[in-house]
Amino acid sequence: MNSLLATALPFVTEGPSEVSSVTNDASWFLENAWIIPLLPAVSFLLILFFGKRMPKKGAEFGIAAVGIAFVLAVLTGFSWLDHRDNFDGPLAESPSVTADDGHHDDDADHSDDVDHSDEADHSDEEALGVAVIDQDGTSSSDTVVLTVEAEGEGGGEHAYVAVQKSTQWLQSGGIEFNAGILVDGLSVMMLFVVTLISLLVHIYSTDYVSGDRRYTHYFAFLSLFTASMLFFVLSDNILQMIVGWELVGVCSFALIGHWWEEKPNSDAALKAFLTNRVGDVGLLVGMITLFFAAGGGQTFDTLAINNAINQGTVGHTALVVAAAALMAAVMSKSGQFILHTWLPDAMAGPTPVSALIHAATMVVAGIYMVARLYPVFFEGMQIGGSSINLLSTVGAITLVFAGLLAFVQTDIKKVLAYSTVSQLGYMAMALGVGAWTAAVFHLFTHAFFKANLFLGSGSVAHAVHSFDMKKSMGGMKKFMPRTYITFIIGSIALAGLPPLAGFWSKDEILVGTGGWGLFGGTGGNGAYTFHLLMGMVGAALTAAYMTRCIYLTFHGEYRGNDAHDDDHAHADDDDAHAHHGDPHESGPRILWPLYILSGFSILVGFLNLPKGLTGVPDSWQLRFEHFIEPAGASYFPAIAHGAPSWSLAIVSTAIALAGIGGAYWYYFVKVDGLAKQTGQHLTELPNGFVTTNKLARTGHKVLVEKYYLDHLYTGVIAGFTKGPLARATYWVNQNIIDGFINTTGETAVKVGRGVYDKIDQGVIEGVVNGSGKVSDATGEELRHINTGKVQNYAAILFAGAAVLAGAFIIALAL
Amino acid sequence: METLDTNNWLLTALVFAPLAGALLMALIPEKEEDAQKQWAIFTSLVTLGLGVGLLFTFDYDQAGKLQNFVDMDWIEVIGAGYTMGVDGMSLPLIALTVLVMPLVFIYSWNHIPSPGNPKAFLMLMLILETGMIGTFVAQDLILFFVFFEVVLLPMFFMIAVWGGEDRRYASLKFFLYTLFGSALMLLSFLALFFLTTDPATGEHTFNMLVLSESAGDGIVRSTQLIIFGGMFVGFGVKVPMFPFHTWLPDAHTQAPTQGSVILAAVLLKLGTYGFIRIAIPMLPEAAEAWAPWIGLLAVIGIIYGALGCLAQTDMKRLIAFSSVAHMGFVMLGISTLTDFGINAAIFGLVAHGLITGMLFFVAGSVKDRYHTLDIGRLGGMLVQAPKLGWILGFTAMASLGLPGLAGFWGEFPAILSAYNPAAGLPEETFRGYMVVAAVGTVLAAGYLLWLLQRTAMGEPSEEFANDPEITDVSTIEWIAWTPFLVLIVVLGIAPGIIFEVTDPAVVESLKGCLETGCEAARTAAEAAGG
Amino acid sequence: MLLNQFLLLAAALFCIGVYGVLVRKNAILVLMSVELILNAVNINLVAFGSLTDDVGGEVFALFTIAVAAAEVGIGLAIVLLMYRNRRSIDLSEADLMKG
Repeated sequence: MNSLLATALPFVTEGPSEVSSVTNDASWFLENAWIIPLLPAVSFLLILFFGKRMPKKGAEFGIAAVGIAFVLAVLTGFSWLDHRDNFDGPLAESPSVTADDGHHDDDADHSDDVDHSDEADHSDEEALGVAVIDQDGTSSSDTVVLTVEAEGEGGGEHAYVAVQKSTQWLQSGGIEFNAGILVDGLSVMMLFVVTLISLLVHIYSTDYVSGDRRYTHYFAFLSLFTASMLFFVLSDNILQMIVGWELVGVCSFALIGHWWEEKPNSDAALKAFLTNRVGDVGLLVGMITLFFAAGGGQTFDTLAINNAINQGTVGHTALVVAAAALMAAVMSKSGQFILHTWLPDAMAGPTPVSALIHAATMVVAGIYMVARLYPVFFEGMQIGGSSINLLSTVGAITLVFAGLLAFVQTDIKKVLAYSTVSQLGYMAMALGVGAWTAAVFHLFTHAFFKANLFLGSGSVAHAVHSFDMKKSMGGMKKFMPRTYITFIIGSIALAGLPPLAGFWSKDEILVGTGGWGLFGGTGGNGAYTFHLLMGMVGAALTAAYMTRCIYLTFHGEYRGNDAHDDDHAHADDDDAHAHHGDPHESGPRILWPLYILSGFSILVGFLNLPKGLTGVPDSWQLRFEHFIEPAGASYFPAIAHGAPSWSLAIVSTAIALAGIGGAYWYYFVKVDGLAKQTGQHLTELPNGFVTTNKLARTGHKVLVEKYYLDHLYTGVIAGFTKGPLARATYWVNQNIIDGFINTTGETAVKVGRGVYDKIDQGVIEGVVNGSGKVSDATGEELRHINTGKVQNYAAILFAGAAVLAGAFIIALAL
Repeated sequence: METLDTNNWLLTALVFAPLAGALLMALIPEKEEDAQKQWAIFTSLVTLGLGVGLLFTFDYDQAGKLQNFVDMDWIEVIGAGYTMGVDGMSLPLIALTVLVMPLVFIYSWNHIPSPGNPKAFLMLMLILETGMIGTFVAQDLILFFVFFEVVLLPMFFMIAVWGGEDRRYASLKFFLYTLFGSALMLLSFLALFFLTTDPATGEHTFNMLVLSESAGDGIVRSTQLIIFGGMFVGFGVKVPMFPFHTWLPDAHTQAPTQGSVILAAVLLKLGTYGFIRIAIPMLPEAAEAWAPWIGLLAVIGIIYGALGCLAQTDMKRLIAFSSVAHMGFVMLGISTLTDFGINAAIFGLVAHGLITGMLFFVAGSVKDRYHTLDIGRLGGMLVQAPKLGWILGFTAMASLGLPGLAGFWGEFPAILSAYNPAAGLPEETFRGYMVVAAVGTVLAAGYLLWLLQRTAMGEPSEEFANDPEITDVSTIEWIAWTPFLVLIVVLGIAPGIIFEVTDPAVVESLKGCLETGCEAARTAAEAAGG
Repeated sequence: MLLNQFLLLAAALFCIGVYGVLVRKNAILVLMSVELILNAVNINLVAFGSLTDDVGGEVFALFTIAVAAAEVGIGLAIVLLMYRNRRSIDLSEADLMKG
């Protein structure tokens, strides 16, 4: 019973008292980071059960929980900075531990060995260069600190030591499933991003969705999402990652479909969930393959798997399969071409949700997963080899193709959604070319400026009650100057102009491609010239579509008053007084999150100034890389870093400026000029090349139809599965299988009837009836004796007695 | 094998308490319906109490051994014994049964299906309970068979009398299908009986312990295959496995709500339980030969069931078809013949019982309110009966295998185990099955969400928009449903509760020659002998 | 020995009783004839009892007398009811049990 309880309550045996000698080094915050996801989870339950009875309808629980979680995340972050710089791994002095002593050959044996998994794990960990600092014999909880050799060249450098703490979750078939946290730079960074943006979104939402039909539900799911996302980023094993991955998916489903009364919204929610499920097939297959190939069929532990791969003990085929399968998951979750189509549709959800889930956090789960399991991709996709690989190529294609789609959108959120897809393409590409830090850094900066842009678009939509830039916006600059400023800041950051955040991270990605044949390479993991070009094209596209978006939204004349044909603004149709008068600036609960995010959009880029940047002290350079990248850690592949290049920075900035210039010329000069000239409300040139040039028209059509992918998925694949295929299966069921059964049944009935008629009724009944008839006839004859007269009976009686007496006498005589 | 025979009266009490209750129910006058319902609830609660007693007295450290063991002579002429025992494999299923039944009775408080006559209805369900618990505790093949068949009649009458429009067809199909399987199963049992001797007494035996111990020793391989085939059909019909599943949608659709819930929650478990308790331990070599085919049918079932679901227009029928898919996952886990896979299967059984049972409850309540289950006519349930709608959504999520809820732990480990089946099974084939099963999860999400969207989301249709009968979840329903909902979450978060119990028993049941593969074991034995 | 005379008397009584039962139409007379048969048997019992010096014969005779009294009671009641219902006690008319 005891063990039953322990399993039921995973944390019951755990407490600060168990934290042993390492507490001085790995601080309380690092070891107890599991509290951070727990807070919003508790808040979810509180809102669910008590939310409706609270004065603020449950929002206060969410804000309080996420607020505390944010504070804890910040403190964890500081602890990490301290830990990274001051923690001497207990094994840092003994280099032998990291040596590959080939224990992994034993794995096959272990997998058969049901009863000794403990031992097997143990030896695995030793073999992998993991120091088990404290492992109490009772084993439901152990604190493990992983350490690695110090960075090669810098003698004074401290080792990169991840903090891991896990407890047994369940055990089945000799396999132990753990639940635990893994705290290192990457997860600390994600904790910060998720809690900060979640907090801002919570605050923003109290205004934005106030008076909503399901205000309390909304906050409940925000809390649940935050908890799931934090759970996901903290997980120390891939099983837990799967759990978190699916949970964020379902929260996304619930929030996209928040206004499920309208069918398009529930359709979008379904599409999101189902597309992600398709990717999840890859996730399951990939993770299972890793579990057996790299975890030896014994452990899901992320670090153990990474270690095993780094030591080269895992078969290449298995890695290729795992990487390819996981790629499908990345494509669906992180919206990579061709599984990206759900993401723009997901904009059906409330705008703060789009900012939190579909821009800043959940959609980067795929990127995060690749970053977390980087050795799998590094080896499986042979990233170090400069060859074209799936990850980088899909990323590059996504980057450009999604950027193009952003040009034909009229819905401001869809522009941002395609922009998100495109930026996610950047990240995937960066990971694919081996620029790990650049990808993670871009994830970091993108979260802020994209959240900023989404919330800004929400602010505008809140004022005009629509997301349609062409019909309901225009000239918003004069109504909403503050939103305008923050939106401009976000756009510049996104477009990658120096010195805002996007510039630095994008530049690093371009550096990471390492293929600047013209000016001499920048080094790195190989020359990915194609990807560099795609990155450049993407930069131009980004800058251009954001310029278009800004023009259509904020400049020109306000078009909201001339077309009242309510394209019903799904966001705020609760306000009955929708279009009365001019729109006005949003309130402080909407503006302050925008200010804060704008601040971050400006500043966070400086966290990772390139090495050797003139005029910047050394200690300010590559801070992000220093704290986040597990360079030299045994669970991280040896990646090379490209050298920063002025030429690259200048060219990419020039290209972005060219993009802006082109769009500016078209919209601000030509369109605006023509509009002023004619006094009409124009959003494009009436005789532009799209209308005149056949090729351009075709291209435009393809873009408007989103490369026909939706037709393929919804119409062809889903339609075929749901329609003909399902019906055919059911037809088979009813007519073939069931037909067989029914025919059998009917035949049996027919045979039975034959038997009944011929044999039963003919032969057997004949015999039976015959005997009946004989008795009948006998009875008919005999009934005449029965006169009913007592004396007759008496006479017969006496006669009988006399006969018997006679017989008796005769018998005696004989 | 060692057994623990403390409390050897407990199982007898547990099995026969509902039956006694049913007999006493006969004394309650026809008119006193409340008294009948109270009595039924009371009886099932007593059974639940005995079940809880079993849970508390069970020695979890020795979950691999049969506990509360009873072994007495029963029909000496044929060597059948009154043998009962509980180990970790049957414990979760017994717990599920004794828990579900009171809830079904509570739900019956104001949901007696037409044509009424609660007395007979409740009596049948009590008899059913005896049969179900008996099947899970029997350790003698004849006893097992008797209980297995005891279940059949009450269910037949429940469908045939209290069922929907097509009840006669459905009930007859259910009855004949299952009986057909049972006949083959009985033949297999008899074959086992005549081909095995108890080493202790030198006589033929039906004792399951002895039979598992001998594990088909001394039976020619080809004969083993045939015997296993008989059991395969017998149990496969009950599971139900593709292509023996077609009785299920009809039975489910036509059965009254209570019948559907019991069918889904417990009855479907009997067949699978037979596989892991009887077929595999007693004939491991044949199991090994059959496993790839079972796996194949399992994955066909997964995809096929899901596609069948997509074609449905009736909510109840859709849920019924989803059982075919879910049982596919369970059978996939079993077909790997690994302890991991079979643990997953048992978990899957319990999870499916809770989740699908709950779905049928919801369907029943929808039918009560809307008087139709036509998906095309429903809609906007979240508006009119928000709690009911959310429960449907929650259960649908659980059913599609969302982590954190019970369904996941039946599904994911089954897929996982297929990567690495037992030694001696074709690895590549099973990896193929793994991928197909994973694809099945997409389809599962498809039909469940589609159902959710069509019934719960959107605005209510005009037909029902102002229907005063459409009310939210009632108190009785809350009482009956809350344990289901809570357990779905609890088992999702702490699946160890079940894995911990089943694991030792499953390891014990697989100890035949499956660890190394049967061919290998036989070769080794021959080498050692020769 | 006097046994023969007793047996002859009993046989005569018996024959008269049987004749009465079979032939007379009047129910009362039939009853009386039955009494004759019973008494014929009583005579036999007493006779054999004294012959074998066994008191059992007398005991059985007393028994029979008691039973005969009861029998007559029931028989007369039946006859009375018959008369009430049919205004006749002619046995040849009472044939409701005719097959």
